[in-house]
Amino acid sequence: MNALIPSFDFQRIFIAPWTSGFETFGWIVLMGFLVTAACGLVGNFLILRRMSLVGDAISHSVLPGLAVAFILSQSRSTTAMFLGALAAGIVTTVLIELIHRKSRVKQDAAIGIAFTSLFALGVILINLYAGKGGVDLDQECVLYGEIAFVPLEPPVMIGGQSFGPTPVVRMALVAAATALLIAFFYKELLVSSFDPALAVSLGINATLIHYALMSWLSVVVVSAFESVGAILVIAMLILPGATATLLSHRLPVMLGLTLLHAAVSAVLGMHLALWLDCSPAGAMVVAGTVLFKSAWIFNPTDGLLRRWFWTRLEKPVIEAT
Amino acid sequence: MSAPENKHPAAIAPADISLEVHDLTVAYHKKPVLWGIDLVVPRGKLVGIVGPNGAGKSTLIKAAMGLLPVSSGWVKVFGEPVKDNLTRIGYVPQRESVDWDFPVSVMDVVLMGRYGKLGLLKRPTKADHDKARECLDKVKMLPYANRQISNLSGGQQQRVFLARALAQESDLYFMDEPFSGVDAATEVAIVELLHELKSRGKTLMVVHHDLPTARSYFDMLLLLNMRVVAFGPTNEVFTNDLLQSTYGGRLTIMSEVAEAVRAKD
Repeated sequence: MNALIPSFDFQRIFIAPWTSGFETFGWIVLMGFLVTAACGLVGNFLILRRMSLVGDAISHSVLPGLAVAFILSQSRSTTAMFLGALAAGIVTTVLIELIHRKSRVKQDAAIGIAFTSLFALGVILINLYAGKGGVDLDQECVLYGEIAFVPLEPPVMIGGQSFGPTPVVRMALVAAATALLIAFFYKELLVSSFDPALAVSLGINATLIHYALMSWLSVVVVSAFESVGAILVIAMLILPGATATLLSHRLPVMLGLTLLHAAVSAVLGMHLALWLDCSPAGAMVVAGTVLFKSAWIFNPTDGLLRRWFWTRLEKPVIEAT
Repeated sequence: MSAPENKHPAAIAPADISLEVHDLTVAYHKKPVLWGIDLVVPRGKLVGIVGPNGAGKSTLIKAAMGLLPVSSGWVKVFGEPVKDNLTRIGYVPQRESVDWDFPVSVMDVVLMGRYGKLGLLKRPTKADHDKARECLDKVKMLPYANRQISNLSGGQQQRVFLARALAQESDLYFMDEPFSGVDAATEVAIVELLHELKSRGKTLMVVHHDLPTARSYFDMLLLLNMRVVAFGPTNEVFTNDLLQSTYGGRLTIMSEVAEAVRAKD
């Protein structure tokens, strides 16, 4: 047993990261929170639009976008990466729409075709160019990322003052921009998600909103990529929103719960990773899943437990009347 | 198929025209759904759009609002292209077309009717909230304002959609089967509301499924089956011959039509 489950040292796992190790673990937790928050906020709208799979698709098909950007620019500059990801995201969205509209293939199948083909293209491009021309794009890194290295990244220095590791600062900007964009375009997002036909009849360009959302999704995905990888991104696009869906019927409340979910899963995930000595990104997803399951089971209005009590306790009363 | 019968196109002064459709053709996957629709609808009329399943009733109102790509033809609303006059159009989609589990309240849905008049980046003001409450009160749904929409019955959902359309404060309304799946009380309430809107000079284009009630509800009828079979005052258009050519001799429906025509005599 001891070999499977590491010993639980409360001091090392729960106290130390907040006292002696804060400079390292603080950045990891913050990064986890920012990634989960940004992904979760966008993810809420994906879930509402029944497009959860599109998040999955775009986080995969960003790969060829990155590869092409590297090949063309011969650098790993942030700008090139963003542009490559953005282009890939838009190409994926257009491709899905095109396959869906211009053939008899349904949308879920269209998503499956679009992202697997683009992902495959990305793999081939990296294979072809990985050794040549100095393109170093690690497939492992793209898929799994490594959030633990975040504190070691060079900090952003403005006027001699350090603002934290570059990926964290970048992610903070993206997360803040995500929140602001949702706040500014809340009513357009709301009406075009709920009733696209009404949106168009009100003069709101639902197609434009769709592409804008997809483009922003690409931006969020690519900025989260390096530190946490595609797999965590996919999980974090869906988990916070899905958890919030179980707990509230009001979109603003759901968006708030999404942020709470992000914070709690980042902190719990970090502790879990310390205990099991595993990837913090993976541990954060596990923590987020635990939160989802807790909401599913213990939700006081219609959780599993409550439903169980309904069928056991309340049904006989109905039968008696 | 009989030639389109459009009773008064030339007789209406341009200022009295609410909706004008010219040679509108819509196709899905190269199969025409609507073919050469010509229509001139006067202001202040309550128009029922009837026809068999697949006749293109919903397609017609969606195309008229610019929600669908059209193969040919044009649509003018109050003398201008429909795109320039969207704020004067109100829309009640089919109830089934939206997800009623969506995390919004009744109030949120009615407020959406105000979005067209708000600009980008603007939030609904107190005046918009007041207007929404007033519209909810008109359909007797004010006590439900803070309910989540999934807790509503079919009739209540339809009333919410009508309140939203009222909140749009439009001059021309397109309604897609507002009577489908509603209770008797709601049906009466909707008819009253339609007549009230009409009396205030609004034009209403209502897709309707039920022939017998179509006769009593609407002052004009548009008989549609891919083409305009007939368009005119209800008592002129609701005839055995025209209904037969609309429904194309479908037996199950023919008995219904015969009954409806008998009821008229």
